[in-house]
Amino acid sequence: MAKFKKELPFHLMVLPGLILVFIFSYIPMGGLIIAFQKFIPSKGMFGDQDFVGLDNFRYVFSLPGFSRAMVNTVVIAFWKIVLGLLIPIVFALLLNEVRNAHFKKTVQTIVYLPYFMSWVILGGIFMDMLSPSGGVVNQLITALGGKPVFFLGNNQYFPATLIATDIWKNFGYGAIVYLAAILGIDPELYEAAQIDGANRLQQTWHITLPGMRMIIVLMMVLSLGNVLNAGFDQVFNMYSTAVYESGDIIDTFVYRLGLIDAQYGPATAVGLFKSVVSTLFISVSYFLAYKFADYRIF
Amino acid sequence: MKKESKSRRLFHLINGIILVILALLCLFPIINILAMSFSSSSAVAAGSVLFWPVDFNLYAYKYVMAKKEFWQALLKAFERVTLGLPLNMLLTILLAYPLSKSNQVFRFRTVYIWFFFFTMLFSGGLIPGYLLIQNLGLMDSIWALVLPIAVPVYNVILMLNFFRGIPHELEEAALIDGANQWQTCFRIYVPCAKPSIATLSLFSFITHWNSWFDGLIFSNFPESYPLASYLQTVVVQRDMSLLSLDDWQSLSMISDRTVRCAQIFVGIIPIIIIYPFAQKYFVKGMTLGSVKG
Repeated sequence: MAKFKKELPFHLMVLPGLILVFIFSYIPMGGLIIAFQKFIPSKGMFGDQDFVGLDNFRYVFSLPGFSRAMVNTVVIAFWKIVLGLLIPIVFALLLNEVRNAHFKKTVQTIVYLPYFMSWVILGGIFMDMLSPSGGVVNQLITALGGKPVFFLGNNQYFPATLIATDIWKNFGYGAIVYLAAILGIDPELYEAAQIDGANRLQQTWHITLPGMRMIIVLMMVLSLGNVLNAGFDQVFNMYSTAVYESGDIIDTFVYRLGLIDAQYGPATAVGLFKSVVSTLFISVSYFLAYKFADYRIF
Repeated sequence: MKKESKSRRLFHLINGIILVILALLCLFPIINILAMSFSSSSAVAAGSVLFWPVDFNLYAYKYVMAKKEFWQALLKAFERVTLGLPLNMLLTILLAYPLSKSNQVFRFRTVYIWFFFFTMLFSGGLIPGYLLIQNLGLMDSIWALVLPIAVPVYNVILMLNFFRGIPHELEEAALIDGANQWQTCFRIYVPCAKPSIATLSLFSFITHWNSWFDGLIFSNFPESYPLASYLQTVVVQRDMSLLSLDDWQSLSMISDRTVRCAQIFVGIIPIIIIYPFAQKYFVKGMTLGSVKG
């Protein structure tokens, strides 16, 4: 009892956060029960709803839009993960070769900036720049003798446009961890390599990259958790009905099904499906990170 | 310094050019928008605006600022930040301090941590979250934008790890001098954690400023939109219902395109202002999160 009294301030400190997280995170988890109900909003969230078993799941899995969204999500997320790992590493290596500290700093300052802008802003900017009529990119294409490309309205180009603009937004900021890892490499290793006659490329291959190995493995493993995250904010602000075929993803599908068509049961079923799969991937990724990179989040 | 080989010099030249191009690629869209927002609509339509305004004018901004909706949304955005940011930081500190204690000092620590950490693994998703806000009667309320993200669990974990790095002797000395846990937390730990608090405040500010989706779905009326949601409707959805024909004072000077550019730029002004000062902090925030033992 004396011990409890001593710990009482700690409990009191935790309490406000505990209550808020319970209400705004755990109650919605309980609300996932809607996935198994024929949900009628007027009866209330935890009202006396009719249970329909797996009907909602059967219904949504049979919708053509679902499998399409599923495939689009995995394809877009896959390329974002692969290029989102690769490009920041290459960028960090290139930046590391720069000797002029002022130039290095300036480049860093500029390339981090897009990371802090929301997809509402960037969606607006890219809609303007990529417009087939008067957009600056298509002006350049026509000046070079090409035909204007409707990047955001053509299924052939839309996924690539999503991936490219996402990389554009994040590559600079993503390089920070690699730059930090490079700074942590013992300079004596390079001196020893120079004495042994290794050139810069050999030094990069045999010292810099192995020095970054841990962080690269860690980032790879942690990115596993994103296999079903194709980027709702970005897609929602850049897509249109013309590119549902190649650009509709699970999150936008759930949004339209649930909040536009008010089919709460089926939309929650898709949401539950996504949550469960994502949780499995995130858990595995944390486990692997813990096992192989000795990564502990707390 | 050893004289460099020819190939080495060539590499540095090419590398420098690549990096300059990358930096320009990141900067150009933003500068281009800014330049267009100050240009005449005819120059913009002719595609002659790149880095610098052509026929400099302020009509697009005058038009944006003449909108009642714009000021309402801006006010909501300020309201959201002034409520949300302090709440985020207070809750982060209040959670990180006890959870940074060892299991011997605070026996329930592990249970609590898992209670919070689990929300990073699993969530109810969009529909139950939306129905909850509706059932709580929080639609159109500023609290719908502040309370659901009041506990930034990831930030709590960053802060908790930082608190763990503070020497125990400081805490012991404070307790021996008769301080209680609240005093130790706010008089000893918080001052030590100033750089971390600055970093996390910055992230919290940017999150609240940029969040648009919650404002969109938790509002029945456009009057409740914070700036980011308002911009989403005018810039991305291009909802022109708010425009009436007699609004257009000077058709040769402004077009929906120059107005959109002005709106986009207004939306990023706060970020551009704090960005140069904050850079060292967010680099710290990023490395704080991912490179540790």
